[in-house]
Amino acid sequence: MNLFESIMKTIYVIWYRELIRFRREKSQWAGMVMQPTLYLVFVGTGIASAMAFRGLPDGVEIDYLTFVYPGIIGMSVLFTSMFSGISIIWDREFGFLKEILVAPVPRWAISVGKALGIATIVSFQAIVLLALSPLAGVPLTWKAALGILPICALIGFSIGCLGIAIAGRMESLHGFQLISNFLTMPMFFLSGAIFPLHTAPDWLQWLMKINPLTYGVDALRNVIYDGIPTALLMVQHSLAYNVTVLTLFGVVTATAAATAFNKTE
Amino acid sequence: MTILHVEDIVKKYGDFQAVKGISFAVEKGEIFGFLGPNGAGKSTTIKILCTLLSLTSGKAVLNGFDVSKETLKVRQSIGLVFQDYSLDDRLTAEENLYFHGMLYNVPRELLRERMEQVLKMVDLIERKDDQVRKFSGGMKRRLEIARGLLHHPKVLFLDEPTIGLDPQTRRAIWNHVINLRDEFGLTVFMTTHYMEEAEHCDRIAIIDHGEIVALDSPVSLKAQVGGDIITVKTNQNEEIAKLIQERYNLESKLEGEFLRLEVQDGSSFVPQIVADFPGAILSIHVHEPTLDDVFLKLTGRAIRDELISEADRAKQKVRSFRKGKR
Ligand SMILES: Nc1ncnc2c1ncn2[C@@H]1O[C@H](COP(=O)(O)OP(=O)(O)OP(=O)(O)O)[C@@H](O)[C@H]1O
Ligand SMILES: [Mg+2]
Repeated sequence: MNLFESIMKTIYVIWYRELIRFRREKSQWAGMVMQPTLYLVFVGTGIASAMAFRGLPDGVEIDYLTFVYPGIIGMSVLFTSMFSGISIIWDREFGFLKEILVAPVPRWAISVGKALGIATIVSFQAIVLLALSPLAGVPLTWKAALGILPICALIGFSIGCLGIAIAGRMESLHGFQLISNFLTMPMFFLSGAIFPLHTAPDWLQWLMKINPLTYGVDALRNVIYDGIPTALLMVQHSLAYNVTVLTLFGVVTATAAATAFNKTE
Repeated sequence: MTILHVEDIVKKYGDFQAVKGISFAVEKGEIFGFLGPNGAGKSTTIKILCTLLSLTSGKAVLNGFDVSKETLKVRQSIGLVFQDYSLDDRLTAEENLYFHGMLYNVPRELLRERMEQVLKMVDLIERKDDQVRKFSGGMKRRLEIARGLLHHPKVLFLDEPTIGLDPQTRRAIWNHVINLRDEFGLTVFMTTHYMEEAEHCDRIAIIDHGEIVALDSPVSLKAQVGGDIITVKTNQNEEIAKLIQERYNLESKLEGEFLRLEVQDGSSFVPQIVADFPGAILSIHVHEPTLDDVFLKLTGRAIRDELISEADRAKQKVRSFRKGKR
């Protein structure tokens, strides 16, 4: 028995199944595209016309829609990857999980395969969301277009692992939804996606700084504003810094996901 | 050669003891059956032997590997068909098999060939590209059995493999299983509460409330009951029952409109009783004891009394789940 080969095959086939299922679930595609579009067009435009941006740093010129666009990509990736954990609950309910759990492979490989599948799916989603850039007034450069994909994949992998870590320990759909909503909502609101960090009061800033998604959204701004120097000044940290924080977060959630299926009664 | 050795295993769910210290050994190439009513502990035992549940105490060794320590090696040695369905219904039949073959590290150059082989065996080759959700219950079951065999396991576990299936499909599945045993020396460990099915096993363990109450070949088990079972219908059952008691010193039990009695030799008893009660006997039926009779004798209850259709229960569960949550 060649353990390495067996692990690679496991990761591959779990990833592959994730993609097949995604391809067949057409309603999910629609949701993945509709939701961010509605947010950008209705919420973004509404807020932009109701309020003016205050307290921008010197030299920054930015439209609210341009500001919120990377945040909306971050939001979509967050929601999609977190709620991908639901499929584990379905698999448990409909019995398929047993087939996976009784296979002669280390359980952590199952989580890795699944998280990579989620990462791939959110990258597809990001490609589609690139099409919204004209609406947001963002001229896309090659660096922006290509940079978004690995960043989204990294966020998707980390948050996907978090979803797996939770779903693997949950018996019911209800419990999973409760906990994941409880996590995703604050993560989204406090990520700098819809309002910037530097104008927020101190206590809020502090919460935003410990939110891993803040660094994901900042990384996205880093690459998306590549063609707009005046907007680029909104960015908080360097791309390398953001990616390092995200990677560390990914290591933590991957560890939690790796042990998600370990319990036997 | 002993391929499965179970020693005094106990499983507790909290305070409740579902398996109360059972021991047995299964030989290579044997078809070994677990027979018992709902809740007897059949599935629990299977899950322990398949490493899905940890045991509270005791020891089980499968194919030379300890089930509580060498889990990966045990898993590689077994094929498993669960009591409830465990296919991905959004994948096609072939994709389900491919998935399984990859998880069990079946060499790439063999996988295609084996997939075709098992699909042909269960007669699903023409439906290989259909999603499993379009399959009937029997087709799903056949596919699961095919999947369980894809990686050439040493021991195949079947937890009520034919529940809810029509007799024809049931027979087909049994033919496959027996063929595999004969051709490859596959060992089969199965649970059932269909009496007729248990008859196919080489040996049967009758399990009740987490304990093995008898373990032997179907023939020897039935020999325990002693003699034949006779059911007669007469024009006045109660009166005749009394007369039978007086004349032959035989206890008879009224079951519906029949009298049921156990006799040593059924075929010589029939002409005798017909001659002794001229005109009173409307119909008479002799049968050899079945495993149901064995179970009745050992536990004082009939297995049939306790059956609820698992299949119906499962269907209901899925239905209410879909309605409620989707
Ligand atoms: N996860 C669990 N937690 C608590 N009790 C359990 C659990 N699983 C099974 N049991 C109990 O253990 C006993 C044995 O269950 P098991 O599923 O092994 O029965 P079975 O012989 O397979 O019955 P059936 O013919 O209905 O499949 C039952 O009383 C059941 O209620
Ligand atoms: Mg059972």
